[in-house]
Amino acid sequence: MTSTKKVLFSPVIENNPIALQILGVCSALAVTTQLSVTLVMCIALTSVTAFSNLFISLIRNYMPSSIRIIIQMTIIASLVIVVDQFLQAFFYEISKSLSVFVGLIITNCIVMGRAEAFAMKNAPGISFLDGIGNGLGYSAVLILVASIRELLGSGTLLGFEVLPLAQNGGWYQGNGLMLLSPSAFFIIGFVIWALRSKRKEQVEIREYRIAPHNISESAF
Amino acid sequence: MSSKDSTKSTLIIALLLCVVCSILVSGTAVILKPKQDENRVLDRNKNILSAAGMYDESNAEGVDVAELFAEFTPRIADLRTGRFLNPEQVDDLGIDMATYDQRLVINDPAFSEAIPAELDQADIKRRVLYPMVYVMEKDGELDNIVLPVNGYGLWGILYGFIALEGDANTVKGLAFYELKETPGLGAEVRNPNWRALWPGKEIYDDSGVVALHVGRSGGATAEHQVDGLSGATLTTRGVDNLIHYWLGADGYGPLLQSIRN
Repeated sequence: MTSTKKVLFSPVIENNPIALQILGVCSALAVTTQLSVTLVMCIALTSVTAFSNLFISLIRNYMPSSIRIIIQMTIIASLVIVVDQFLQAFFYEISKSLSVFVGLIITNCIVMGRAEAFAMKNAPGISFLDGIGNGLGYSAVLILVASIRELLGSGTLLGFEVLPLAQNGGWYQGNGLMLLSPSAFFIIGFVIWALRSKRKEQVEIREYRIAPHNISESAF
Repeated sequence: MSSKDSTKSTLIIALLLCVVCSILVSGTAVILKPKQDENRVLDRNKNILSAAGMYDESNAEGVDVAELFAEFTPRIADLRTGRFLNPEQVDDLGIDMATYDQRLVINDPAFSEAIPAELDQADIKRRVLYPMVYVMEKDGELDNIVLPVNGYGLWGILYGFIALEGDANTVKGLAFYELKETPGLGAEVRNPNWRALWPGKEIYDDSGVVALHVGRSGGATAEHQVDGLSGATLTTRGVDNLIHYWLGADGYGPLLQSIRN
């Protein structure tokens, strides 16, 4: 695999920001009840990560190290506001259901993490691709979670009826749990489990092992 | 210390970054503002039409919202007197009909007041004194009255409109345009099937007291009762509370009473 390809696609499976690094889980819980909303969130996050990486990488050689994090935050926050304004102007319905979560991209650890870990040390072009790659990794997990939640929770996919709901005269009884945030935790947990059973190198080395409980004879 | 870490260059970089970012952010906001305002107004108008049963989200192709909406006349009501304000009174209050937004003046003491806790059924803390009501006349007779309502559900305040027939008693429909209720449970107040239960219900009993009840029947007659949403008891209760508050004596009760007489 060439390095460009590697930067772009390794975050999808090998080094997934959600499944391996466990970053950005907050929004993965909140915006995955409907697939259409999730898709917009994914595009928003991917573009913010890509452009923040690009701009931070462009000025990385001029950045005073004492205010480095503040500069990164300012750039990320500005980009997020631009994206939010854009959504309110052109995708009003979806921006209404995303509400506060677009703004919260600012605090998404993936954006900040890539800026600090990659863009600060690499050229602008490859940093931009790294941003897109990590956005894709985030999107892959979110789209999977959202498809499962929307299908089992509301019986629809992208708003189209797949399983006709009992309350609308069909046969499927919607699973209320899938519409609540905890279900995303379970689904992400299963995704991580599946991924790590398939790719053993992703399993973390245990930091400690609990010793067996043995009663010492001398205590008596 | 390298040159980029000196105090001088730190300050210069910080200043430059602030200038560039603020131009970017304010530029976008200013350029996109007209489009966003247009969206907001369109969304509100759609909900007014939807409450009045004139607009269907699932069958909206080719519907001209602006044209339909032009059939309505916005009027400013005075909750304290229970009358509509005439154009001079509206001017005296400094209300511009084209831009007035009652949700923006909710903290302005000239336009709103705090609701005493014991009367605050809908749990909204403050009420606007001069709500904008939309009326439609047909052959000189009042045909449609759309009233803005709000009240606390489970997670937050629901904002919507309730539309009444010209008799100021029979419900035409109910539409919520902003809510924070749980999707699939409380947010089902937007479900067309549930909303279809509303048209034809009657608000007041013979003595003019709000009799409409949302939830289990509890002895109410069919025309005064709307089934609650299963799995969304608290949202249902919130809707019941906001109906009682806004159509009662502290809300539009006096206004509707004067229309009926």
